[in-house]
Amino acid sequence: MELTINGKKRQVDAAPDTPLLWVIREELGLTGTKYGCGAAQCGACTVLADGRPIRSCVMPVSSVANQAITTIEGIEEDPVGRRVVEAWVEHQVPQCGYCQSGQVLTATALLKQSARPGEAEIAAAMVNLCRCGTYNAIADAMQQLAKG
Amino acid sequence: MMPMNMPQLPESLPTDGQPLNLSRRRFMGASLGALVLGVLLPGKVVRAVQSVASETKPGARIPAFLEIRPDGTALLRSPFVEGGQGIYTAFAQIVGEELDIAPERFSVECAPPGADYLLVNGARFTGGSFSVRSSYEVMRRLGASARHMLLQAAAAKLEVPLDSLATQPGIVVHEASGRTLGHGELAALAAELSPPEQVPLREKKDFRWIGKPVPRLDARDKSTGKVTYNIDLEVDGMLLAAVQHAPRMGGEPEAIANEAEVRAMPGVHSIHRLPGAVAVVAQRWWQARRAVESLKISWKEAAPGTPHAMPADFSSAGMRAALAAAPGPGIAAEEIGDAARALKQASRVIEATYDAPYLAHGQLEPPSAIARWNADGTLELWLPNQAPELFQQAAAKAAGIAPEQIILHSSPLGGFFGRHFLYGTANPFPQAIQLAKAVGRPVKLIWSREEEFLRDALRPMGLARFRAGIDENGLPQALYAEAVGESPTERWFGRQPDKANKSAVEGIARKPYAIPNRRVAQVYLEHPPTIGYWRSVGHSMNDFFYESFLDEVADAGQQDPYALRLRLLADKPRHKALLQAVAELSGGWKRGPFTAGDGSQRARGVAMASPFGIRQRGRHHRRGVHRGRFGGGSRCLGGLRPRQHRQPRHRRGPGEVRRGARAFVHPA
Repeated sequence: MELTINGKKRQVDAAPDTPLLWVIREELGLTGTKYGCGAAQCGACTVLADGRPIRSCVMPVSSVANQAITTIEGIEEDPVGRRVVEAWVEHQVPQCGYCQSGQVLTATALLKQSARPGEAEIAAAMVNLCRCGTYNAIADAMQQLAKG
Repeated sequence: MMPMNMPQLPESLPTDGQPLNLSRRRFMGASLGALVLGVLLPGKVVRAVQSVASETKPGARIPAFLEIRPDGTALLRSPFVEGGQGIYTAFAQIVGEELDIAPERFSVECAPPGADYLLVNGARFTGGSFSVRSSYEVMRRLGASARHMLLQAAAAKLEVPLDSLATQPGIVVHEASGRTLGHGELAALAAELSPPEQVPLREKKDFRWIGKPVPRLDARDKSTGKVTYNIDLEVDGMLLAAVQHAPRMGGEPEAIANEAEVRAMPGVHSIHRLPGAVAVVAQRWWQARRAVESLKISWKEAAPGTPHAMPADFSSAGMRAALAAAPGPGIAAEEIGDAARALKQASRVIEATYDAPYLAHGQLEPPSAIARWNADGTLELWLPNQAPELFQQAAAKAAGIAPEQIILHSSPLGGFFGRHFLYGTANPFPQAIQLAKAVGRPVKLIWSREEEFLRDALRPMGLARFRAGIDENGLPQALYAEAVGESPTERWFGRQPDKANKSAVEGIARKPYAIPNRRVAQVYLEHPPTIGYWRSVGHSMNDFFYESFLDEVADAGQQDPYALRLRLLADKPRHKALLQAVAELSGGWKRGPFTAGDGSQRARGVAMASPFGIRQRGRHHRRGVHRGRFGGGSRCLGGLRPRQHRQPRHRRGPGEVRRGARAFVHPA
């Protein structure tokens, strides 16, 4: 099967119903995408498929074969992604950091879709779980990013 | 989170360890001896450190902690593990301040097991808010001693008196001649020197990094997915494993109906019966997981007398009823005056029972362990932990080899909150050790989220019964409290039957409020589930219970909850000042309900807690979730609710706070 990951074509040998997460982590060795709950609840496994955030832990790899996948490893190749990372650093968002790949990708997807999202739009999009409680820092970073 | 078998906060910190240079004559050849400042031989350092453990003073040997590289960057081996609390950055600040290397020039990793790192009362664990408190002085002295050795080296190299030299970040400066030498250029020479007996520490007024906001060293890597957690590690030739545990603790696998079928599934290497579980080893974890979940296993009930076997009829509701019914008076943890008599004399008695549920840690990184048996008989382990030496010992026991044969690696933790102490069946590493031995290859075991929730060591369900007596002026004269249950310390370090356990009553006993007659006791009742330390331990529920009850007492006596607290803190100036500061910072005490600037209806509540000697206060906001924002220091009181009031409850107004299921405490 051929996948497009961070702009590169990659051949993978995996059963078609293998979750994208495990193909990314185990076949491609890109471990920035995290396994958290395995049930599409926490969002740690978020990647972008044609720019939309998806929960890779429940997404069969065969269903995204024709889409461009962006993982955290490719985030800084995207100008919006770069801005998000800078805001994350500026606002010192991460604590343990385990959820932050998913948070950064979710933020990037929102800003690519809506350059200046309102508070409600941000709240609706930024629903990934953070056990450390970095939500306020995320909110501050998003507020700054939403100013464009 | 907790001090394990050390019930007391260390009153005197271990500050007597003078930094020492590694004496190469003492234990190894000269070529290895040059490993001090500047030579990168970490594996060998580690083993050397272990070999001289018996003569080691914790915190004393510079090379166990510090390597200065030729480029002037520094590697620091932290005694404590990073898990979001920011300890790696804190140590870069502390050591960097004295060493005169900017924090951002440090890379920090968790130190391996070894006597050098036993900085918490002769032991080591990351938790209990002890990391900086236990080692601040030691780490400063370490940095200062290393700096002194760099100065000595520079003096020799430049042939000038030592007192003509000074340092600036990263360099030694000879002001008279304007010559400078980088720390990295001096490291090898400095390594040949002996550390000073005494060394002055930097004046507080001259601090550039200690006590100042410093960006976290790992913020960028954590924002770009570059930090490697245990679950991300790979070793050559490893196989992956997944497990299915007995549905109830104590059960054992009996028969597998479809073993041959599952063994034929893609990628499957082998199927293994383990104590209380079945494992599948496969080429990929997803294959192992799918296979193990396909197994049709029948489970044997626990044999009679199996310790901590989960009864078939166990339920949280049943346990709550059992806790509520457990008779007092229990074992007193605090007795002041005569609470029983004062209750009889009170003009009014208020009673309430509070409870809090069992809670999983819920750290976002599911637990994992990699085990590799090496050809030389050593066993190498990569596992999440908050106490390397304890895990080393436990792993040695599980593997049937000596602790010195265990090589342990500790990665940054994807959250911990007390999850990664030793909790018997709650730690995956014994399974990984067994599997690696069975298959003759390295094995990485990951517990699925479901298995993690099934086998995590839970915060025990908490229940406390309160009675307070108020006088005719509405002021509390008596408090009688019973905390019912078992604390994790009793479970894992043995119970003292004649003593109330500190963790069980912390947050209820020894509160600072001047209630003249007090009795706080523990009524012991064992918990069937596996229990463990959970962020701030007893405080995480008991302070909520106590402070909520104090509000009820205030209500009953028609006292303002803030004013009553201030009054009860009349003889505690620090607590009183803290509470007043909180009120001021909040824009003044406003009980509410009131209309806020944005038009919303709000009310405020107030509470005060002092877990492990750290003063905290909280503001509860009814509207929305007020989340902590001060790094790892935030404490939350979530998922708690008052219940079963034997007296008709005072009805609270619409704007009041405590009934909200989400009362988050803002950190101090």
